[in-house]
Amino acid sequence: MSVPDWPGHRAGQHVDVRLTAEDGYQAQRSYSIASAPEDPYLVLTVQYLPDGEVSPYLTQELQIGDSLELRGPIGDYFVWEEKLGGPLFLIAGGSGVVPLRAMIRDYLAGTADVPVRLLYSSRSLPDVIYRDELAEMHDDKDLDIQFTLTDQQPPGWSGYARRVDLDLLTAVAFSSADHPLTYICGPTAFVEAVANGLVELGHDPSGIRTERFGGT
Amino acid sequence: MQLWDGNAIAGVLHAAFGHEMTRAVGTCATCASRNTLATLRVFLRAPGAVARCPVCGEVQLVLIEERNVVCVDLQGLHDLDHNPGSTE
Amino acid sequence: MAISRGFHGKRHDGADASRLPPGQHVVPDFPVLSAGPTPQTPLEEWTFEIRGLIDKPISWSWEEFLALPNETPTVDIHCVTKWTKLGTTWRGVSVKTLLADVSTTAKFALAFCDGGYTSNLPIEDLTGGGAWIAYEYDGGPLPAQHGGPARLLVPHLYFWKSAKWVRGLELRDHDEPGFWEGYGYHNYGDPWKEQRYRGD
Repeated sequence: MSVPDWPGHRAGQHVDVRLTAEDGYQAQRSYSIASAPEDPYLVLTVQYLPDGEVSPYLTQELQIGDSLELRGPIGDYFVWEEKLGGPLFLIAGGSGVVPLRAMIRDYLAGTADVPVRLLYSSRSLPDVIYRDELAEMHDDKDLDIQFTLTDQQPPGWSGYARRVDLDLLTAVAFSSADHPLTYICGPTAFVEAVANGLVELGHDPSGIRTERFGGT
Repeated sequence: MQLWDGNAIAGVLHAAFGHEMTRAVGTCATCASRNTLATLRVFLRAPGAVARCPVCGEVQLVLIEERNVVCVDLQGLHDLDHNPGSTE
Repeated sequence: MAISRGFHGKRHDGADASRLPPGQHVVPDFPVLSAGPTPQTPLEEWTFEIRGLIDKPISWSWEEFLALPNETPTVDIHCVTKWTKLGTTWRGVSVKTLLADVSTTAKFALAFCDGGYTSNLPIEDLTGGGAWIAYEYDGGPLPAQHGGPARLLVPHLYFWKSAKWVRGLELRDHDEPGFWEGYGYHNYGDPWKEQRYRGD
């Protein structure tokens, strides 16, 4: 999207989108910004939910030339920018990868000299958003991307095939002695389990930032 | 059952307070724990938004947006520091 | 206010307009709205209580409650967030039955619930035959997310009044606002007069 007078944003922020029907009926939802501040357009990545009220409209009805009402950019907590440093550990569950993708793109476009690791959990390979883009980015600068598919793996799959449990965190996380900045985003149950797991492994809770996307 | 966190009400909090509030730290009026607003347990469209303490579960904040008026109830907070970490 | 071309939400057209209060629309599903986590009270511990402006509080256990005469109302329900469901079917005990042998001068009642939710009503809205403590919905046990084991059902008012996980009624001579009434929703909540917020 191109947004008139867009003030720029920081990676991790979101916008509130408001839709108004002709009879005045309104619905509002929040969407994380998928684009980095350096990218030419503002990009939102929306997951289609068959029972949804807003996502079917945004993913199937919206056409080029249509306009949307936005409020934002919003968010001051779940934000990463270069000056915050690293190492940077990003953990995504499902569509929680969206704000983390913005952080990765911001990192690659900038000059921060820190290691960055993304651990991205999805149910199966077709559920992985930005699959090709992320596969290509792996090993750019000091970026490491690990996928885990929890329900179904394709033949010959060489990535992880389990939930993000203590064992997987132990294998992938930076050492707590490195004092990483950790950002966890996804369904609420996923975020809580991962955050609790990291704290159990000795990570400082004050270095962990979370964003819960609904879901129990 | 859907459960969010304080990030989900960042926009309406900004509309109510005039600036970003997700990093603000509130003291729970029930259990006295201090929590960043972004970590509150939030129930949306309840019909309004209800933000509960992540430690004791009691209601800290209720937000209603109606006809372009934002109603904010903060009775569940003993205090709210919107500039945490400042030495003032 | 920008109109979003082609947006109409999940609303159904073609509903009988005379059954729709102003500003409402029919939806195909049964949205779950909650101000807090779903309580998990075991049935062995569940009781329904009538207390307050009454000689002696009355209480029923789950088995005793199910043994009471019950009704199977079919009603339209209207949420303040503008969705309506027509023809919903329930089984429950009429509040008129529960209060039939109660002698009280109370003019108001406050429904109280597991999880701390409350809603307030004038007593005649409970005793007039249009209010139930419902424990079945659509032919089966009321699901927890919709208020099970039992919820208040008062379909002539906005559905936030139909308190989920209800555990009793407190009879009062003074009105006291319940949860949403205290935060700015209308004290009475008549959907036909569009009484959504305080001052409407």
